Amino acid sequence: MSDAHVSELRQPLITEDRTYKQISEDILDTLEEKPSKAWLAGFSISALFLTIGFLTVAYQVGTGIGTWGLNKTVGWSWDITNFVFWVGIGHAGTLISAVLLIFRQRWRTAINRAAEAMTIFAVACAGIFPLIHAGRPWLLYWVFPYPNTRGPLWVNFRSPLLWDVFAISTYLTVSLVFWYMGLLPDLATVRDRTKSGLRRFIYGVLSFGWNGSNRTWHHWEVMSLILAGLATPLVLSVHTIVSMDFATSVIPGWHTTIFPPYFVAGAIFSGFAMVLTLLIITRKVLNWENYITLNHIENMAKVIVVTGMMVGLAYGTEFFMAWYSGNEYERYCFINRATGPYWWAYWTMVSCNVLSPQFFWFKKLRTNLVFVFIMSIIVNIGMWFERFVIITTSLHRDFLPSSWVMYSPTWVEIWTFIGTFGLFFTLFFIFIRVLPGIAVAEVKSVYKFARK
Amino acid sequence: MKKDFLLAIFDCEEKLLKSAEKARDKNMEMYDVYTPFPVHGLDDAMGIKRSFLPYVTFVAGAVGLGAALVLQIWTSAVDWPTIIGGKPFISLPAFIPITFEVTVLFAAHSTVAAFLVYNKLFPGKKAMIMHPEQTCNKFVMAFEKDKVSVDDASIMFKELGAVEVVVQNVDTKLSWY
Repeated sequence: MSDAHVSELRQPLITEDRTYKQISEDILDTLEEKPSKAWLAGFSISALFLTIGFLTVAYQVGTGIGTWGLNKTVGWSWDITNFVFWVGIGHAGTLISAVLLIFRQRWRTAINRAAEAMTIFAVACAGIFPLIHAGRPWLLYWVFPYPNTRGPLWVNFRSPLLWDVFAISTYLTVSLVFWYMGLLPDLATVRDRTKSGLRRFIYGVLSFGWNGSNRTWHHWEVMSLILAGLATPLVLSVHTIVSMDFATSVIPGWHTTIFPPYFVAGAIFSGFAMVLTLLIITRKVLNWENYITLNHIENMAKVIVVTGMMVGLAYGTEFFMAWYSGNEYERYCFINRATGPYWWAYWTMVSCNVLSPQFFWFKKLRTNLVFVFIMSIIVNIGMWFERFVIITTSLHRDFLPSSWVMYSPTWVEIWTFIGTFGLFFTLFFIFIRVLPGIAVAEVKSVYKFARK
Repeated sequence: MKKDFLLAIFDCEEKLLKSAEKARDKNMEMYDVYTPFPVHGLDDAMGIKRSFLPYVTFVAGAVGLGAALVLQIWTSAVDWPTIIGGKPFISLPAFIPITFEVTVLFAAHSTVAAFLVYNKLFPGKKAMIMHPEQTCNKFVMAFEKDKVSVDDASIMFKELGAVEVVVQNVDTKLSWY
């Protein structure tokens, strides 16, 4: 096929020779094997953290938001930090599955499934924070515009917080169907190769009767492209709207027009780091080095260095504008950010997000798995601090020096956050056991790429 | 409803594509082709027309856009006007984000729904399988038996590299798992 005739410079996407049957076996055998000890250990630890997190949330819902470390000056802190942190992580999945599809980056096929799964789990984790911050989570349906007995008193369509409701719900459901439609062909492959009756039945129900008919494939490909085309502006809009939660306020440090692109770049930066954290381990444990190759790792490292520089440029621009605006409150806010009581958080952010990615200029380091793995964690620590710095340092010294305070989280906030990591990894561990972690059909379709 | 099919089974997409083109040139009407992954060029060989799905996306997106605007304007300016921050009741710029999101929401879900309905895919549907490995590593070209000459077709496809040419009785009725 035409794939075989590309330039000599191109390397095959799958490094070793395989038959189509072997590709199915390499990826899908893990679903039929007994779980390994490593999987059981990882799953148990995640489930334990999830349980503690769940109990903590139950306690704070029963007692009230007073269990948090917030006060009248710092009215938003860990909750919204963690919300933005998780939403941001979600962005890489859509970027890999949608944006790279539109740009015909065929290497995406090996990693899009896991990255999209990560997106969905991360957005689910993010959703928990507004839910519990509502104080009475059972009333959360009040955020939707429905005819009610209070007038009807409608929701405020001019509020960015309501925009968030629409953006996150759209993003979550569209990502979910995009992911599931991609899963259909692979679920059918699992169904047709399995011998166990029960497993065959479950995958049979889940695969919607997919049989690989070319008439269906034709529509499927058009649909994938349409969904990618819709998801691309959608993913940009989601973090834009998240940034507007801050940017439309009049708080110095928040009230800046640079926020939307700055937040989107940061989201892609942290999302790719999380994909690397997950896939470096997964490819090793499941012997997928042949599919998720060093080339993939290197490409993602390049995305990290690019987006890291964009974030760095945004940090610089913020400082420049604070000085150039001539507004003393704006200026103080930024001086306080870098040299005030939270200086350590600010400089952690700068070292993790701007300085450390510079190591990725060296190919030796980009292809060193241990180094990339450590870097992926450092980047996410840095991105968590970015949100903390933006949110907390802008609030803790407000317009009235008599109300200046410090904020520190309580054990409830800390365990809620750890609990979301428990949820995220529990879901990922289940995903990798019961669903094809690599898009089998798509990998087969690029197998002959640049292969002699 | 059971039907007899002539199946030409291949183990790589190049041979399948060549055979499909040959079959088209000989005016043999293909029932369908089953492949583990989309094979580009097959649509032309089978004479499949361009998918109608983009029209669904466009119409649904337009409906979503209209619905979002109507909802926001009607609730904010007609049903229960409330002054918020001194802004006009119809503050269009502030309505853009939700309008955009609802447009995408309608467009995406309608496209997926149209895809599923048109191709008759639903949870629990029993897959119509011609060959047990057609979703793994075999490429299967299917003809209705009474529309082709079995002997001629067998010879032709064997020459073109089919691993097997068989006649099979398959139930084409839509049914639950």
